[in-house]
Amino acid sequence: MGSGERAEFKNPVVSWIDERLPVFSMMQQEYGVFPTPRNFNYFWNFGAIAMFMLVAMIATGIFLAMNYTPHVDMAFDSVERIDRDVNWGWMLRDIHMNGASFFFIAVYVHIFRGMYYGSYKKPRELLWILGVVIFLLMMATAFMGYVLPWGQMSYWGATVITNLFSAIPLVGDSIVTLLWGGFSIDNPTLNRFYALHYLMPFVIFAVVFLHVWALHICGSNNPTGIEPKGKQDTLPFHPYYTMKDTFGLLVFLVVFCVFVFYAPDYLGHPDNYKEANPLVTPPHIVPEWYFLPFYAILRAITFDVGIPGTEIVFISAKLGGVISMFGSIGLLLILPWLDTHPIRSARYRPKFRFFLIVFLVVFVMLGYIGSQPADATLFGAPLTLLGILSTTYYYGFFLVIIPWLNNTEKGKDLPKSIHDAVLEDAREAAKG
Amino acid sequence: MMFRLILFVAALTFLPLHMARASGGEAEPLVHQHWHFSGAFGTYDRAALQRGYKIYREVCASCHSMKQLSFRNLTDLGYNENQIKAIAGEYSVEDGPNEEGEMFERPARPSDSFPAPFANDKAAAYANGGALPPDLSLIIKARHHGSDYVYGLLTGYEEAPHDAHLLDGQYWNKYMPGHVIAMAPPLSDGQVAYEDGSPDTTQQYAADVVEFLTWAGDPHMETRKRTGLKAIMFLVVFAFVMYAVKRQIWSDVH
Ligand code: HEC
Ligand code: HEM
Repeated sequence: MGSGERAEFKNPVVSWIDERLPVFSMMQQEYGVFPTPRNFNYFWNFGAIAMFMLVAMIATGIFLAMNYTPHVDMAFDSVERIDRDVNWGWMLRDIHMNGASFFFIAVYVHIFRGMYYGSYKKPRELLWILGVVIFLLMMATAFMGYVLPWGQMSYWGATVITNLFSAIPLVGDSIVTLLWGGFSIDNPTLNRFYALHYLMPFVIFAVVFLHVWALHICGSNNPTGIEPKGKQDTLPFHPYYTMKDTFGLLVFLVVFCVFVFYAPDYLGHPDNYKEANPLVTPPHIVPEWYFLPFYAILRAITFDVGIPGTEIVFISAKLGGVISMFGSIGLLLILPWLDTHPIRSARYRPKFRFFLIVFLVVFVMLGYIGSQPADATLFGAPLTLLGILSTTYYYGFFLVIIPWLNNTEKGKDLPKSIHDAVLEDAREAAKG
Repeated sequence: MMFRLILFVAALTFLPLHMARASGGEAEPLVHQHWHFSGAFGTYDRAALQRGYKIYREVCASCHSMKQLSFRNLTDLGYNENQIKAIAGEYSVEDGPNEEGEMFERPARPSDSFPAPFANDKAAAYANGGALPPDLSLIIKARHHGSDYVYGLLTGYEEAPHDAHLLDGQYWNKYMPGHVIAMAPPLSDGQVAYEDGSPDTTQQYAADVVEFLTWAGDPHMETRKRTGLKAIMFLVVFAFVMYAVKRQIWSDVH
């Protein structure tokens, strides 16, 4: 970056700066003329949308921080003050609250896009891994942010999640003490979570920078999954994709605003409008919706693993749950090496496509299961059973189906080039 | 194709979410009332807010605090500054210490928050047979379908079934989760005299106090909806413009 050729600028000030620090050349190269496959569909909007949401979160977050008090006795009331008395405070808070949800929506779509079109495959493995790292950082950030208003769900959600770490053998309890800053969730916990919640978005920002850097080394994938072969396959990023991304972003923002202004609490939980009370456990503790599939995987493991018929337990149910939950994200990290099929795009892999869509349905199903009490049923079937079946499919998809497809799926014939594929699509469309 | 897939994903995600929210609590399903504040253009009914405040003041306030509210907030109900000064002046609050280091009582000012009926939670629970009357500032937001729920609760007292064992000070309510509530039916017909000719019925009292409590939890609702309308109109127009621009730019590619 920056070591490449410099562009010519008419404006003398721009030119002067660019000779000393070629930021303008860089923007020109990376966002102006950058050759981009000409056949993106709207799925390729979501990276830019995620970027916008990240900036929006940081911007609203800074103003919220100016009015928030990280103390167990004052946090809840300070958030109410933001909602009631701070000028436009209610709007900042509604944007930040729903912004987290919409950031996750954007990133979930973005990840699914990557899986569908095989964007994780060579040479984009590191780009993909950086993405998963971003996803993990986002989860940590969102979790800590949710603790800050110090409502009932904040407190009890934090209790459930931090307690998970105690399942880790030997060091578990020390880790929990470290997270809590003491022997229970209390003011030190709130303080460290606040400090980290402020810090982590900037770490995310840095990783996003690496992510986009890596993207610009190998270039974007596209719906056909075949690399551009020449000028006829690409378009300069500006104005083609700057304009298309802006349009997509605006549509996304319309939906976002419907939530922010007309249903700001729809995605939240009413219990978080009760101040935290360590003496009253809510009947049903649920995390925010974007954690639900992973929460379901965590709870799916309800049995100890050991030698049957004896008292010997190698992995307790709790540790098993924690391992499956973190493992389910770990699988994403190694996906580029699990799926070695030479065809990238699901468009030309009907079998992979089928199993991937089932995977999506199962993932949403897991979300539903995660939202329900442990003893719930669906059409008469106990949800715990569905939970373990869905978790099995989740793991099976990565560890059995994908490797099996590597060797067995022939796939369809690939078009000769992106250009050809576009022409083919146009012909199909003309036929009706 | 991709568009259909996006729709599919959206529907897929939304449905379970909605199902997850609809289920919850074993009490009787709520009856959805039509509120003046419902819907995208709904606003608060100022007369109902004032009546509701009267109910809160004369009935609920003897047990329930509303610590997030101050007298000055009552401008939203349509009172002017002098009326609010007069209302506040009816209460006395502790202030101090003064120059001699003594705490003293003085009439409340508009900037004071609503005085709480009890000194602390322990005292409140003790006076109510061990059950703590929750602060009502956020009660509507702190319950699923809060407005319908509180309305249902206030009008949902019933004779307990024969096999139910109620302790002293416990009552049967069809909307309370678990049905048993430690609040005596707070409202009854004719209990509060309205000056504007509205019916003196439990239903009317309940509806009015719910209107008031909904405002108390969400005082900026009207501004929020108005701002939302502007924001969305702007975005929609901008989106159409960008769509046209995008079509124009891409016309030589397709
Ligand atoms: C005599 C004291 C008293 C009065 C007057 C009173 N309440 Fe209560 N209220 C209580 C107590 C005690 C509880 C706690 C009940 C429990 O936890 O079982 C309660 C609970 C509630 C709840 C919460 C129910 C739930 O879902 O947990 C609401 C809502 C409520 N009251 C509204 C009102 C309103 C509105 C009024 C005025 C019309 C009112 N109360 C008047 C004592 C009172
Ligand atoms: C803060 C969150 C994120 C931001 C701001 C972000 C941003 C971007 C941007 C701007 C692009 C280029 C536009 C596009 O292809 O959509 C991109 C591409 C990509 N991102 Fe992300 N991203 C984020 C998270 C993730 C995550 C969580 C993953 C995967 C786990 C991921 C995987 C990828 C991949 C594989 C590409 C290349 C896609 C392709 O060319 O087909 N990203 N990202």
